[in-house]
Amino acid sequence: MDDFERPVLAVRNINKQYGQGCVNCRGSKGEGLLKNYCPVCGTVYACRDISFEVYAGEILGIVGESGSGKSTMMECLYFDQEVSSGEAYITAYKGGKTNVFKESSQQKRYIRNHLMGKVYQNPLMSLKMNFSSIGNIAEKLISAGNRNVGQMKVRGEELLEHVNIPVYRMKEAPKNFSGGMQQRVQIAKALSNNPPLLLLDEVTTGLDLSVQASVLDLIKSIQRQLKISMIIVSHDLGVIRMLADRTLVMLDGQVIEQGLTDQILEDPQHGYTQRLVQSLL
Amino acid sequence: MNIEYNFAFFDEGSKREIRRATLKAIAIPGYQVPFASREMPIARGWGTGGLQLTLSLVGKEDSLKVIDQGSDESVNAVNIKKLIVLTTGIGVTDETAEATIIQSRHRIPETPLQEDQILVLQVPIPEPLRYYEPSEYETKKLHAEHEYSGAWLMLFEQIVNYGAMSTGADHPVMVHSRYVMAPSPIPRFDNPKLNQNNALILLGAGREKKVYAVPPYTKVASLDFEDYPFRVETFQDKCCRLCGAKDVFLDELLNDITGEASYQCNDTSYCLQRMNGKSKG
Repeated sequence: MDDFERPVLAVRNINKQYGQGCVNCRGSKGEGLLKNYCPVCGTVYACRDISFEVYAGEILGIVGESGSGKSTMMECLYFDQEVSSGEAYITAYKGGKTNVFKESSQQKRYIRNHLMGKVYQNPLMSLKMNFSSIGNIAEKLISAGNRNVGQMKVRGEELLEHVNIPVYRMKEAPKNFSGGMQQRVQIAKALSNNPPLLLLDEVTTGLDLSVQASVLDLIKSIQRQLKISMIIVSHDLGVIRMLADRTLVMLDGQVIEQGLTDQILEDPQHGYTQRLVQSLL
Repeated sequence: MNIEYNFAFFDEGSKREIRRATLKAIAIPGYQVPFASREMPIARGWGTGGLQLTLSLVGKEDSLKVIDQGSDESVNAVNIKKLIVLTTGIGVTDETAEATIIQSRHRIPETPLQEDQILVLQVPIPEPLRYYEPSEYETKKLHAEHEYSGAWLMLFEQIVNYGAMSTGADHPVMVHSRYVMAPSPIPRFDNPKLNQNNALILLGAGREKKVYAVPPYTKVASLDFEDYPFRVETFQDKCCRLCGAKDVFLDELLNDITGEASYQCNDTSYCLQRMNGKSKG
């Protein structure tokens, strides 16, 4: 296969369950259940057999109602949670021949620090609120092995400028910033190592419309300039329409529909997607 | 009422438990070993960790020296000495070279230690990553995964804010290229003395219930950056006003009336020794 066509990330059959399962559901990985939980024992199957690929320079959108397993899947990909079963291959890591879920926790940390960036819905998850903004960006650089203060400062200032935060505020702690600014510091931190893959989890939820627009513009421009692949999770179809090249629709922990974003939005096939698109119009 | 205590205050079982933890600490340089810290007749935070180590180690032949902030005669040092002497009957000394066990707070003596000596340091906060990560569960993981970006981040913050590493005491060190360790609140000046020291160095935190150790001849490196190397405090051309010593840790004394500053050895027994030597010669 040509390198050009090779996916940056390939995900195969991710399953994530909470609970031991019972005679009714065990072994089935939640297949055959109507909803994403077992009515007998209450085991929740948050992700059921999710597979997809992300190609270079592409933005993959994931939509779905709350509780559909979007964020759980993202947390599994960023190793915040362990998957119950499944595989993921990252081309930049050992040529994409190793299942990264099977690696040691040190190796997972290496992958997180060098090959991925994640922007959470809640900035508290990735930022140290009492450390300076530039320190927060430097944290990711330090964990990738940089031990040169001068270099890190230059890179940090460059990134802050890139996300429209005035450089004279770099020593301020993110706790003094507005929600939108915190979100932008997070983006700067996630980008600091030039990772080939960026995970964005509900980045605009909870921001007012004008700030939303500026954050979305920023993401779009970053993607154009740096050609980073992104996975963007949202329940807001407007965000998906604006950013995503391809879209997955999730419901009850399963991918029920996938395709080009325009196709999904203009010609939805699944009943849920149809209702979703209808609610937007 | 006259209470009879066992030799060295503790019952034999207690001493054995502490020694077991100590042996483990020596086997894994820099690793914090939990131990069952006992209630002591002095307040927590007054050196209970060091005191328990000393009591578990002390034998009938030992000679004890206790220092607090460089002085053998401060309240804390005197009372710890009293407790140990009353329950063991061993002799005390002020001279570093004569002591077999040296319990210390805030200083490593100026006189180089020997192979047959043990230095016991009292530690208030044994976890070097505590300010960065409040959760013990998380810091344990960080140690296990050799993820120390937090320690460097704290130094980075100081450089960003103050233009230099400004740790007055307790500058984190890397022990045997594996564990980052808080060397107890000794000044930076004493950090190089930890490296390849002849003596066994034990550190005890009573409140936090941790013991850790630097065995003799272990590599101990202070954390720093490529462009901001580790430096000890300098006193330039200052010397002790009593004994004239240079290249030692000096206390600054301000004259309230004239406002003049004068300098004096922080290690009082070293100063006294030098002055006695002078008068003899």
